[in-house]
Amino acid sequence: MTDRPVTGGLRVEARRAMAVAWKDLLAEGRARSNVLAVILFAGTALLLFAFAFGPDAQDLRDAGAGVIWLTILLSGILVFNRSYQLELEGGGLEALLTYPGSRRAIFVGKLLANLVIVLLVEAVVLPLAAILFHVPLLGALPGLAVIVALGTFGFVTLGTFYAAMSSRSRASDVLLPLLLFPMLVPLLLAAVQGTTAFMEGDAMGDGGGWIRMLVAFNLIFFSAALWAFEYVIGE
Amino acid sequence: MEKRRGRFQVKAEATRREASSHMTLRAVRWWGLSLGAVGVALTIVFHWQVFFWVPTEASMGIVQRIFYIHLPGAWVAFLAFGIVALCSAVYLWLGEEKLDHAALAAAEGGMVFTTIVLVSGPLWARLAWGTWWTWEPRLTLTLLLWFIYLGYFLVRNSTQNRDRGRKFAAVVGIVGALNIPLIHMSVLWFRSLHPQPVVARTDGPQLHPDMATTVFTALGAWTLVFLSLFILRYGTARLEARAERTSVDMGDPLSAEQGAVTS
Repeated sequence: MTDRPVTGGLRVEARRAMAVAWKDLLAEGRARSNVLAVILFAGTALLLFAFAFGPDAQDLRDAGAGVIWLTILLSGILVFNRSYQLELEGGGLEALLTYPGSRRAIFVGKLLANLVIVLLVEAVVLPLAAILFHVPLLGALPGLAVIVALGTFGFVTLGTFYAAMSSRSRASDVLLPLLLFPMLVPLLLAAVQGTTAFMEGDAMGDGGGWIRMLVAFNLIFFSAALWAFEYVIGE
Repeated sequence: MEKRRGRFQVKAEATRREASSHMTLRAVRWWGLSLGAVGVALTIVFHWQVFFWVPTEASMGIVQRIFYIHLPGAWVAFLAFGIVALCSAVYLWLGEEKLDHAALAAAEGGMVFTTIVLVSGPLWARLAWGTWWTWEPRLTLTLLLWFIYLGYFLVRNSTQNRDRGRKFAAVVGIVGALNIPLIHMSVLWFRSLHPQPVVARTDGPQLHPDMATTVFTALGAWTLVFLSLFILRYGTARLEARAERTSVDMGDPLSAEQGAVTS
C-alpha cells in the first residue's frame, strides 16, 4: 500500500474535497427525506428525554447539556453510514477511488458534507432544547459556540472515519455505534462539561480547560484519520 | 501442468523463507511453554505471599490484598494494548501477515487481563468504599478500553474480505491506543477517588519492603504468563494460516473459495 502520486498542491486537493462534499450534499439535497428524518428523530429524542427528566424546570435545566449532546450523538450516528452506503449501492466508490489525487480528499469531502448535515440537525436541536429544557443558550453564546463547533467537528471526524469501515461490514448499523461511542467518551465529557460551564456563566473558569481538551481531541483524531484513511478505503 | 508446478515452487520458496526468517513453530512451542511454566510457578509463589506472608495494610485492612492482583493485571493489560498498537502500525506499514497475528494474540491476552482488572476492581471497591462501581478515572479508562478492544474483534470478523478485516482491526487498534491519554485526562478531570499511585513515585516506593516484593513478584509472574499466552496464541494463528493455505493448495473447493475471497 503506497501513497498514490499526488498531483497538484494543497489547493487542488481542497478543490477535490469540495467537489466530493458538493456531490454528497447534492445527493442528500435531492433525496431530502433522509436529513429531514434525522431531524425529526432528534426532535422525538428530545421530547422523550424531556418526559424522562421532567417536568420540574430545575431538573430539566440540570440535565440540559447532557441531553443536548446525547441527542446530537444519537441522531448524528444515523448520518455517517449513509454517506458510504449511497456510494456502495451505485458502485460509486470504485469510480471515486480511480480518480487521480490522494484519497484524503475523499475523506475531507465526506467529512465536510457530514459536517453540514450534522450542523443542520443541531440548528434544530439547540433552539428546541433551549425551549423544552429551559436552557439559557443565548446568554452562553460565545463560549458555547466554540464548544459546539469543536465538539461537532471531532464527532463528525471520527464518525466519518469509522463509517468507512462499518459501512462495508456486516451489521453496519450496529457496528458503527459499538466502535464509535467508546471512542467518543472524552469528547462527550468535554462537550457536556464545557456546555454546562458556559451555561452557568463559567464562574469557575472550567470552560477553557474543556475547550483545550476538545482541541487536542480534534488535532489527534483528524491527523490520525487523514493518515489511516488510505488503509481503510483502499483494497 | 506447467503453471501448477510454478505455483508449487513459489509456495516452497515462501515456506523456506518463512522457516528461516522468523521464529519456527518449535521455538514458539519451547518459549511459550517454558515462559508459561515459570510464570505459573511465580503465580503460585505470589499467591502464597499474598495469603500468608505479606503484612496487612494498616488503614484498608485485608481488602488491600486484592491490590496484588489488580495492579499487575492493569500493567499487563496496558502492555498488551501497547503491543497491539505497535504491531498494528508496523503491519499497516509493511503488510506482513505475521505482525497481524502478533497483534491479534496480544489483543486476546489484553482482553483477559482487562477483564481481571474489571472484576477485581469492583470487589475491592465494594469492601473499601462500600460500592460496586465508582466512576473512578482509572477504572473507567479500563472499562472503556475493554469496549474499544471489543471493537477490535468485532470489526475483524465482520467483513467478507479477511484482508480488509485485518486492516480495519489494525486501524481500530492504533486509533484506540491514541485515545488512552485523552480518556485518562478527561475522566481524571471528571472525578477522582482512586488511591494515589504508591509504586511509581519519584521519591522512591512508599510501600513496605515485603509489599513491594509481593507486587514485583506478581508483576513478573503475570508478565510471563501473558508473554507465554501471547507466544502460544501467535503460534496457533500461524498454524491456522498455514492450514488454510495448505487446504487451498489441495484444491478443496470450499477452502479454495474462501481463499479467493481472502486474497
